[in-house]
Amino acid sequence: MRNAWIICRKELGSYFASPVAYLLLTMFGLIFGYFFWTALRFFVFEGIEMQMRGQSFPMNINEQIIRPLLSNVSVIGLFFIPMITMRLFAEEKRTGTIELLATSPVRDLEIIVGKWLAALIMYSCLLLFTALNFAFLFRYGNPDWKPLLIGYLGLLLQAGALLAIGTFISTLTKNQIIAGAATFGVCILLWVVGWMGEFEMSTWARVFSYLSVVTHFESFGRGVIESKDAIFYAAMIFIGLFFTARSMESLRWRS
Amino acid sequence: MIKVKDLTKRYARTVAVDQISFQVEKGQIVGFLGPNGAGKTTTMRILTCFLPPSAGTASVAGFDVLEQPLEVKKRIGYLPETPPIYPEMETLGYLRFVGKLKGLSGADLEKRVDYVCERCAIADVKTKLLGKLSKGYRQRVGLAQAIIHNPDVLILDEPTAGLDPKQINETRDLIKDLAGEHTIILSTHILPEVEQTCEQVIIINKGKLVATDSVRNLRARARGAESVLIEIAGRTGPLDIPVVQHKLQQVAGVSRALCKQQSDSQAVFEVESEKGRLVRGDLARAVVQAGWDLNELRPAAMTLEEIFLQLTGTEAPAEEEKVLVEESHS
Repeated sequence: MRNAWIICRKELGSYFASPVAYLLLTMFGLIFGYFFWTALRFFVFEGIEMQMRGQSFPMNINEQIIRPLLSNVSVIGLFFIPMITMRLFAEEKRTGTIELLATSPVRDLEIIVGKWLAALIMYSCLLLFTALNFAFLFRYGNPDWKPLLIGYLGLLLQAGALLAIGTFISTLTKNQIIAGAATFGVCILLWVVGWMGEFEMSTWARVFSYLSVVTHFESFGRGVIESKDAIFYAAMIFIGLFFTARSMESLRWRS
Repeated sequence: MIKVKDLTKRYARTVAVDQISFQVEKGQIVGFLGPNGAGKTTTMRILTCFLPPSAGTASVAGFDVLEQPLEVKKRIGYLPETPPIYPEMETLGYLRFVGKLKGLSGADLEKRVDYVCERCAIADVKTKLLGKLSKGYRQRVGLAQAIIHNPDVLILDEPTAGLDPKQINETRDLIKDLAGEHTIILSTHILPEVEQTCEQVIIINKGKLVATDSVRNLRARARGAESVLIEIAGRTGPLDIPVVQHKLQQVAGVSRALCKQQSDSQAVFEVESEKGRLVRGDLARAVVQAGWDLNELRPAAMTLEEIFLQLTGTEAPAEEEKVLVEESHS
């Protein structure tokens, strides 16, 4: 897997050598900062209000700030993931550098895993911004850190699944915009199919809502590792990367 | 070193390479000639394991491209038509990246990076972004990338395409320099390039092998007749073309004289002579004795196109195309 790591490092270098990484970090930081501020303000107001009424209703930072924020991140991530994955293969195909990779003594799988890992690390950098905000909660309050960690694990798994799908879509075209738009569409679809289960109870509705990447995050957001959800994400990652490998192979036969 | 047997590559509708067979010995430098779309790139892509063949076999250093692609890739340096560079990387970072991909590491890697930088004359752009380099530098970085792991075989797809004449010469010299250590296949559609750099030529056209031979043999084979271009000017007044033509044809050994260009006072003739006869001296004498001025006399160089016409008889297909066009119009 040495080769995968070489490719991963190169990809990370490419993210940070272009404005892409900084743009994503800035936008994500701004959006999450706004969410954080709103959640915190609401929490503080509620606290003051209750004191003034003389009621003592139990308040919990984990339940009232961290958990809703984490599920917000899991949805915001859907909008950022296409921008992370769209260039992975599309760009190489457009500029012809794919020939360099494909004629180097490296296995296809190593190329794919390297690129996917770089995308995942890029996404983790976005998550670092949320950690910065959460750090203030630890400074001025005493939230439980275990649910937060499990929440992060869930976010990484969810992103890993979507990034694998995005990587696959990026192998299908030479055009970054098309790769990005298609990945965006798939991400949104995989989110909204979950709503179907809310109104319908038929088998089909249940199947579709099971496919929703966001509902599988709920247990992680609560701070619980549900094996069925973890397995769902792991399976998605595997399927995504598997299709990427098949697609790369067919590239050779078709091109 | 390289063995290709009955290699065929079919795409959905077309046959890009049709049952090509050839061999390249160790240390040879071989020119892969053909017009655009002849199947040169496809053949090279198969040799570099980028594309799988539809039928037939190809092997490099004894390893089959389908069975042991990793072993083949380790022994091959490949420069595609457009150098495979990442515009956002610096030259040094790029060469290190490629070196690592090809299995180098540590002090070995640094040594090779320094070596190829010097060899390909790119040491002065080590810290520049590849996207900002000129075409000539990009091409040389591409070449540096191909030789970084000291491969047995170098495959270069049109290494001089798009360069200016000075860069073309430098690149050719570099390739000739490399020939001693590596077996080289280079593709081109420029004949002088092959004459200057290669020992052996493989000519393909429309996916089919037309000829494999040494440069000298090929020239001899292609040249059925000598032909000479001669420019004549009238000394006292306008030239009488038929008279001149008649005079030229009377020179011993001349089989045909054709007027190619004419103006008021001068004309250019193409004179073909029988094979193996040198008629230039006689021609000059005839012209001067007739009282005309001899402005220029030079052998008409065989162009690749002419060799192609002779080797493949391309006139026939051209006519077919014409017929097709007419049919589609009606």
